[in-house]
Amino acid sequence: MRESPHPGLYPTKSSTSRGPLKRPDLPGERGGDFSVIGKPLARVDAVAKVTGRATYADDMLLPRTLHCRILRSPHPHARIVSIDTSAARRMPGVQAVITGADLPIKFGILPVTQDERALEHEKVRYVGDPIAAVAATDEEIAAAACDAISVEYEVLDPVMSIDEALVSPKDERIQDYGGPNNIHKLVALEFGDVEGGFARAEHIREDIFFFQGNTHLPMEQHSAIATYVDGRITLWSSTQVVHYVHRALSKVLELPMHRIRVIGAAHGGGFGGKTDPFAHEIIVCKLAMVTGRPVKCTLTREEVFYAHRGRHPVLMWVRTGVTRDGRITAMHFRTALDGGAYGSYGVASTFYTGALQTVTYDIPAYRFEGCRVFTNKPPCGPKRGHGTPQPRFALELHLEKIARDISLDPVELKQRNFVKPMTRTVNWLRITSCGLDECAERVLTASGYKRREGRPGHGMGFAISSYMSGAGTAIYWNEMPHSEVQIKVDRGGVTAYCGAMDIGQGSDSVLAMIVAEELGLQPAQVRLVTADTDTTPIDLGSYSSRVTFMAGNAAIEAARKMRGLIVEAAAAKMGCDTAGVEVGGGRIGDFTFEEASVLAEARFGTLTSAGSYTPPKIAGPYKGSGVGPSPAYSYSACVVDLDADARTGLVQVNKIWIAHDVGRAINPLLVEGQIEGGVYMGLGEALMEEQAFRKGLHKWPSMLEYKSPTFLDMPEVETFIVETVDPEGPYGAKEAGQGPLLPIPPAVCSAIYDALGVWVDEVPVTPEKIVEALRRKEKGEPGRFGPTRFPTIPYPPTIRVEPPPKDLSAATATI
Amino acid sequence: MRHEMAREVQRQIVALDVNGERTDLLLPVHKTLLEVLREDMQLTGTKHGCELGECGTCTVLVDGRPELSCLLLPVQVEGRAITTVEGMANGSVLHPLQQAFAELGAAQCGYCTPGILLAAKSLLETNARPSRDEVREALAGNLCRCTGYAKIVDAIELAASRGA
Repeated sequence: MRESPHPGLYPTKSSTSRGPLKRPDLPGERGGDFSVIGKPLARVDAVAKVTGRATYADDMLLPRTLHCRILRSPHPHARIVSIDTSAARRMPGVQAVITGADLPIKFGILPVTQDERALEHEKVRYVGDPIAAVAATDEEIAAAACDAISVEYEVLDPVMSIDEALVSPKDERIQDYGGPNNIHKLVALEFGDVEGGFARAEHIREDIFFFQGNTHLPMEQHSAIATYVDGRITLWSSTQVVHYVHRALSKVLELPMHRIRVIGAAHGGGFGGKTDPFAHEIIVCKLAMVTGRPVKCTLTREEVFYAHRGRHPVLMWVRTGVTRDGRITAMHFRTALDGGAYGSYGVASTFYTGALQTVTYDIPAYRFEGCRVFTNKPPCGPKRGHGTPQPRFALELHLEKIARDISLDPVELKQRNFVKPMTRTVNWLRITSCGLDECAERVLTASGYKRREGRPGHGMGFAISSYMSGAGTAIYWNEMPHSEVQIKVDRGGVTAYCGAMDIGQGSDSVLAMIVAEELGLQPAQVRLVTADTDTTPIDLGSYSSRVTFMAGNAAIEAARKMRGLIVEAAAAKMGCDTAGVEVGGGRIGDFTFEEASVLAEARFGTLTSAGSYTPPKIAGPYKGSGVGPSPAYSYSACVVDLDADARTGLVQVNKIWIAHDVGRAINPLLVEGQIEGGVYMGLGEALMEEQAFRKGLHKWPSMLEYKSPTFLDMPEVETFIVETVDPEGPYGAKEAGQGPLLPIPPAVCSAIYDALGVWVDEVPVTPEKIVEALRRKEKGEPGRFGPTRFPTIPYPPTIRVEPPPKDLSAATATI
Repeated sequence: MRHEMAREVQRQIVALDVNGERTDLLLPVHKTLLEVLREDMQLTGTKHGCELGECGTCTVLVDGRPELSCLLLPVQVEGRAITTVEGMANGSVLHPLQQAFAELGAAQCGYCTPGILLAAKSLLETNARPSRDEVREALAGNLCRCTGYAKIVDAIELAASRGA
């Protein structure tokens, strides 16, 4: 017995450790002889999407649908004295008005931070906090009725920065938990002998970096439509996680889960922004219950900016010791996260800012101190790379500076410290396959980085990264599988059922390809039912790059069981051993698939099979170890080539080379799409995207003013897929959706230094910051733009953790 | 912004020619073409991203030229040929652009896809073999958050090479 590997995320509960899952043949061990896997096939929903037939939530309009609008706070911080809805209720066409008194139960994505209400009736904590909702016969009437609601506020002093959050508030704290002052979460962990590591270092350097917050900006605004018929709610929503919405609805509406059905509509982009349960999803259900009619709510673009849950702004301080030949001896990393007004995923985000530094570089002694504060801004949460692009930015640039200090080539220093496959990090993270060396070689060779010309204004930058293939632990403590797949075969037709939500990354295509591969069919022959809490078995959703790895393994298990049944029936008819029955090309032994499945149905009755996936129990023996472990890590390396104008500060990115170790590309077309999309988003974060506020108001809550890269801003991207065939991934596959974003911002800043000789130690790198750094350099000051101080934070006493055993087999085993 | 109650909504009969089909509609005059297509004509293939003319998502063709349906009123386009994504395929046969987008993975979440397909269709009708830079220039008003744009440019090139 030992402590739960999930402390910090929910109340501690004991669990027994158990061994690795025993599979008759590990998926990764199968050779490369595939008929479907590895083929660049069109996605299964391609035709629906190119013809405009895919049905997104806002495309739905059920008979008698009412339209909902939400009244939101105009103040960043205020107590609600009174709410008068009488005038709104009298308006023709208004069918219902609800306030916080109608939905008083709090919810939140993490069990330890149940701090949100669908409608606030006591206090508002950011501009945009929902207060009241109207259902009316049309949207204009609903909007006018919202205007007719009168709310009396007692305005409180807002807290708008990390520094302000760390001191005593003028009026009152934003939340009534956490502390001192407006601190939400504090973490202090030490692995190995950090003091000794610094003592034996031959060079020590400290740096401070800032990563500005930014938002997902999905093309589709959040939308949800609910019905209430015969005591049962059905909700169609643009969500990444039908299961977590299901749980939140059950809690807040006080309905058992069997009376709630959540269906994922076609999804117009998430990137982490549709991973929390949202107020509008709860509100339309409540309004459907009150009115007895379908109710729909689609957020406006401005509301999407305030719904947020995007990238945390993070201030970082890092101190590292190295030997003369560049080997890291110890690292101390501090982070301060500006969390916004609510918890969201913030506790996990805080741990993530310290967890994955060790999975790319061999750090023998490591200390991490993290702090998240509440501010009166929209809540931050998970965005592509969740909590790790910020420290990756700091780490890559910090190591570059160290290399230059000791006159070593930065790439050489990084390569000397690369982790090796089949090892365990000092903070107990288990590394299995690792293609870091190959990824670096591929982009360095293709880009000609080491032979680059030194013309002024031209620069190249190199950076690496890693990301998880799904979190090894669930959001809420349980022993159940993280993903489950069922397969039904009848009269020759194959249907696969899985709770996984395709948010555009292609999870439906992955499921269809895997089932087709195992049954000797083509993906188009597999019907899919996904993301429906009534009809599909669980999948925890499209976040943390978990779906291919987890649902993929579950699909393999279910499909192999089904193949076993059909092969057995075919063998009996053929009068041979099952080993003599070949599967492939639409045939099972001497029969077509259809004939063989009819034989099997006649022999066994209804043909169903199921498979599930539970991650190995590999979290380390310490509080907070639940954040960071993953069954496998992806690896990326990139080179950015750019021109930077010393006069204007304008940056023109010419080309990006990126190599990504995806383990195995189940569909290389979709993997390339994920890599290119990640590079694009990383470039936006590096150069222009910024969620900034003035007096509590978002500075630019529109798609014109919130700058994101257009067709004209995107350079050519050359992609290399590296396949290391992970021992536990489905056919060896790992993640591709998040990792490739991470190396882009530091590689951009490294290339700018290469071009102009100045460091910009914060993103986004705007022209003003480059010009200012150059101006300082001309004046004889350090040629740098970036933060100069890290605040004093009351970190708790450090928890000291013994590093794991050095022995390889012990190091990679489950704990 | 205060939402004034529309006490006396002015309505007008408007004849719209959408995808070669003429429909007479009684419409509040302030309703946008985007809203009319989606809500009154159930042509939900046309999507919305901002409703302010910033993202290109709601692009339709008016007499073959790309226009933002969120900034048009139906009375402005009466009698003109409007094409939406539903009008691209020839029966069940995909338009070459649709075919190329499907084959090359140019649609991920698919939400920006209808608007981009129509902008690309207009481009190829005036420039049958555009360079990659000409494609980027023509589509610079359409945002996509999934693809990084690369596969969209590839797909338009492929469709052009097939004589779309």
